[in-house]
Amino acid sequence: MSFLSAEALDVNGLLAEVSAPGRGGIAVFIGLVRDHQAGRRVERLGYSAYAPMAELVSAEIVAEAERRWPVRVGLRHRLGDLGIGEAAVAVAVAGAHRDEAFAACRYVIEEVKRRVPIWKRERYADGTEEWVDPTRQEIARSEERDQEVASSEKRGQEVASSEKREGSAVW
Amino acid sequence: MPASPAVSPVIRVQLYARFADLLGASHVDVPASGPTTVADVLARIRSLPGGSAIGAGALVAVNLRQARPEQPVSPGDEVALLPPLAGG
Repeated sequence: MSFLSAEALDVNGLLAEVSAPGRGGIAVFIGLVRDHQAGRRVERLGYSAYAPMAELVSAEIVAEAERRWPVRVGLRHRLGDLGIGEAAVAVAVAGAHRDEAFAACRYVIEEVKRRVPIWKRERYADGTEEWVDPTRQEIARSEERDQEVASSEKRGQEVASSEKREGSAVW
Repeated sequence: MPASPAVSPVIRVQLYARFADLLGASHVDVPASGPTTVADVLARIRSLPGGSAIGAGALVAVNLRQARPEQPVSPGDEVALLPPLAGG
């Protein structure tokens, strides 16, 4: 099965894929193309991937979620040129109850953003284009965290820096 | 014994997204005459025209797995240089 799709994402198909009589709830996350980024008006987004690795890592994330919670996970990511409001990523997680469905859905989308080799190029209303680099935003957030840590006690400092190391080293 | 290949061994590195734009190519071949690590490959690519803009957020994947700087790389490995990920 392919997690990457050149065609518009079929969310209803994804719901059908994870549905079963014993599963009483489905949590869904759909990521859409937004019309602005960092104060600039966005007109389109172009998604590209390192496909063999993206497929492998996506399958691993789904398997991890299905091992950790009693759920069935459906995941698709769109590639190509997308307009505002189009679905770029869809996660559907079905479980017997909502708690595991919400938890696994959150896990899957966060891990997809962190580990799957996909990139987007934004085209702005002024005609210019730029690759999106989330680490620029991450650096700003990381500096804020460092400042918070500096004002806390030493024990808290060690825990926070250890978490940060893990976060940057693990996919 | 088969004769040694006439060409020097190289590691082919696939370039993606912004890095392909920076170097103006979809891949580059890095000489690998001796033991070579991920860090060696990265340093070599950064020395190429356009390569100096490859920042600290660059990731290297070897055989579809993220690799650490000290990991050895050989000709025949599938190596890819990846900009910071931006899916979703």
